[in-house]
Amino acid sequence: MTRLKSYATLLGATALTLTGVASVSAADLEFYFPVGVNAPAVETIQALTDEWAAANPQHTVKAVYAGNYEETTTKALTAANAGQPPQVAVLLSIDLFTLIEEDVILPISDIANSEEDKEWISGFYPAFMSDAQFEGKTYAIPFQRSTPVYYYNKDAFREAGLDPEAPPKTWDEMIEVGKALTVKDDNGNVTRWGTRIPTLGLGGAWLFGGLVVSKGDVLTTETGIEARMDTPATLASLEFLLRLAQEEVMAPGGITWGDTPKAFLEGQTASMWTSTGNLAFIEENAEFDWGVGFLPGGDGPGAPIGGGNFYVFQDTTEEEREAALDFIKFMTSPDSAAKWSIATGYVAPRPDTWETPEMKAYAERLPQALVALDQLAYAEREFATFQRAKVTQYLVDAIESVVTGNAEPAEALSKAQEGADKVLGDYQ
Amino acid sequence: MNNRLSIRLAVIMLVIPCSLLVAFTHYPAIQALINSFWNNSSSRRPSRFSGIENYQALMEDDRLAQILINSTIYALGTIPLAIGLSIGMALLVNSRLPGTTLMRLSFFMPTMLPMIAVANIWLFFYAPGIGLASQILEVFGMPSINFLGRTDTALASMMFVAVWKEAGLFMIFYLAALQSVPTNLKDAAKLEGASALRVFWDVVMPLLRPTTIFVAVNALINAFRLVDHVIVMTEGGPNNSSALLLYYIYEVTFRQRDFAYGATLTVLMVGLLGLLAIVQYWVLNRKAHYQ
Amino acid sequence: MNRGLNRILLSTMGVVFAALWALPFIYSVWTAFHDEKYSANFQLGAPWTFENFIEAWQSAPFSLYFANTMILITIVLVANLILCTLVAYAFVRYKFRWAGFLFALIMVQLLISPEILIVENYLTLSRVGLTDTIIGIALPYLTSAFGIFLLRQTFLTVPKSLDEAAQIEGAGAWRVLWNVYVPLAWPVYLAYSLVSISFHWNNFLWPLIVTNSPEVRPLTVGLSVFATVDSGVEWSLVNAATLMTTAPLIIAFIIFQRQFVANFMRAGIK
Repeated sequence: MTRLKSYATLLGATALTLTGVASVSAADLEFYFPVGVNAPAVETIQALTDEWAAANPQHTVKAVYAGNYEETTTKALTAANAGQPPQVAVLLSIDLFTLIEEDVILPISDIANSEEDKEWISGFYPAFMSDAQFEGKTYAIPFQRSTPVYYYNKDAFREAGLDPEAPPKTWDEMIEVGKALTVKDDNGNVTRWGTRIPTLGLGGAWLFGGLVVSKGDVLTTETGIEARMDTPATLASLEFLLRLAQEEVMAPGGITWGDTPKAFLEGQTASMWTSTGNLAFIEENAEFDWGVGFLPGGDGPGAPIGGGNFYVFQDTTEEEREAALDFIKFMTSPDSAAKWSIATGYVAPRPDTWETPEMKAYAERLPQALVALDQLAYAEREFATFQRAKVTQYLVDAIESVVTGNAEPAEALSKAQEGADKVLGDYQ
Repeated sequence: MNNRLSIRLAVIMLVIPCSLLVAFTHYPAIQALINSFWNNSSSRRPSRFSGIENYQALMEDDRLAQILINSTIYALGTIPLAIGLSIGMALLVNSRLPGTTLMRLSFFMPTMLPMIAVANIWLFFYAPGIGLASQILEVFGMPSINFLGRTDTALASMMFVAVWKEAGLFMIFYLAALQSVPTNLKDAAKLEGASALRVFWDVVMPLLRPTTIFVAVNALINAFRLVDHVIVMTEGGPNNSSALLLYYIYEVTFRQRDFAYGATLTVLMVGLLGLLAIVQYWVLNRKAHYQ
Repeated sequence: MNRGLNRILLSTMGVVFAALWALPFIYSVWTAFHDEKYSANFQLGAPWTFENFIEAWQSAPFSLYFANTMILITIVLVANLILCTLVAYAFVRYKFRWAGFLFALIMVQLLISPEILIVENYLTLSRVGLTDTIIGIALPYLTSAFGIFLLRQTFLTVPKSLDEAAQIEGAGAWRVLWNVYVPLAWPVYLAYSLVSISFHWNNFLWPLIVTNSPEVRPLTVGLSVFATVDSGVEWSLVNAATLMTTAPLIIAFIIFQRQFVANFMRAGIK
């Protein structure tokens, strides 16, 4: 199959040369990407991919929607292990260490090594590059990047007699405001909660990172072998989540990531914490006045950086790597990144994108889009280590066991720390 | 008819088909056993023989302990419930009451749907504040229940989904059995003045026993084999309260990429199923002796 | 009189129970035909729409997924029918050493089905380079212990005299199989086919693990990829896609209801 494909490529390339079309060596790229169906995200990716293919007729590229983030990483890894990796993929930034350990990706700085390339790499926001680099090499290029933000229903704020232009800034304010926003019916059942912070699964762990950052600590470092799960900051963060439920500001029990935007749109919660990548979805569907603010913080603002980066896989030919690099450059170019950012809400990864007329017009029309960008100054890398899936599970278990009322915060965190240290002990 | 099997026929009839079966049933079981004695190697950790380390990890694995408990509850809960409901359904559908066509359609429909579709339907049904379950509770003035977000309801919610999907299929088997109950037997019992309940209990139930055994074995295998809904609905959460053994094997192996521990868990799974088969064989044999 | 009243009461209870049982499904259908904003707010008068189906169909290559599922179930079914027939025939018609042991070995698959051995089966498949192919999805299922068991049971009921008569007329092994055994097992073949088709139409975990690209994804995996999203879920779309992918089976069931049930019963009860 692959051989057949390369023959076809060869034939195609020969044909191109013969007909006198200027031809760099040709490549067939397969490109895995993870985004949801609701936002026009899939269409945008497809359109951008087609645009690149049209501009580079000697190459082909096939965009493969492979499911959510975790599923796409799983798919890319199984494909790579079977010797048929995609050439390019957008995968979670936090899977960097896993991809390095599995020895399937190539440092992009190895292919992009001209002066011009180096300048290009240095043109991304440093915050987004921090988790794309390891041991002095740049392994990934930021693309589908985000921070979570605080979305709130301005109509609900007005209804509760709150200033719709002043979202809460601290945890205490969030509880205070949340109490005013919570509405009960005659039976005493809550019909609208004050806020909603997803606490289950990987999404829950991501947001938890934001709580910890706002308490002046981090969950992880760039070494990939450190998990700081049992600290005063994590304890305070978990206790805060519990307090939200105890004060009847947030629904008790575990809260799912996927239902959250829907609950916000349905007016079942007056505010929510979710990715800025949901901006376009909310804009399209909200039937009320809404705003976006920084995540309220413990000791100050703080947020986790998240989302996906471009990776190039090892098992590729020289031509494919060149083409992949060109493709990534195209996708992160100001014009493409502007289209992508406007269609979804993801933060454009380079300052130059924000200088384009489209982006300026967009920021004027939807000032909410600037919040995530401004918040970058207070954001830290998302939890990532070697054996990420396994180690994160300890954190997920700790958070879930506490919010569901099955464990005490301190005890859950020390158990998580113990588990994480045991796995990471192999790497010291 | 003592036909002798020539080598040529044996190759075509037995060796080719059976080697396929062995390659994906017996070989992987043995391979799992071998791999369970090796570590999970990667570019940063060389491959090495690790003896019983994986089994030690298995013994100390808190998540696994929780998951084994879940799996037990899941099996013990879904099997009797599915059997009980399917008998009830079969009696209803078999009753010649008006509306049986509709009933049969309603009961059997879920069986036709892929588990993944069933999971989507129920995920939406359960969604707190959004799904129909919440809307109904609201009508009755009750607070919505976070079915999949609470450790005390998540597993039960998953079990109900499984029963919903399976009961219709089992109903068909019972229906067949009921239709083969000789009417004269029932009539004779009725003539003797037995109530409908007595007739069912004393005459019909014993005749349903082979079906029940068949259905129970099927349900037991499915309880271990089918975890599609766990993947779609909860990913085993919250706090592992809805994780089942096969889901754990999937997560450990393909998400966490620990093939060695995945193999160890596979050995555990095969061992458990083997044990169940032996118990089952022993129970059935004993029963057979008494009869 | 009392009896009649009982019947009406029982019948009403049965219908109510059946309606409750079908409720999640009915609501899913209702949502699929309405705008997203009604998915969390049931309103009887909400306008009906077909938009969700169109949008879902256009958002993912469902026609490709349908084709893949068709190819998959065809490969498995044809292989099952041929291979299981051969094995069952060998066990019924011939005496050979270790027959009992071999049969027990085959029956192990009833208990330890390929799904349980995903870890090692995946490694096997990746060693022979068949991951991400339809044949790779089918491979572990080509020989089915259940099929062998069913056909062996059926073949055992074929009168020996028929077999002997055919032999006297000079029929060889294949001719006897084709002219005597297969025709008598016809209903079982039909029933087994139904079971096999619905099993492989619905199978999810194994195809999920071994497929990567849309070119080989069966419907179930395509549906799950479509429905698992990291941003907010649009339920009307997901429900439309769910129904779309299961519609052929549901329609087939409604049309062939009686035969279906009868055949299922025949397959199960021995």
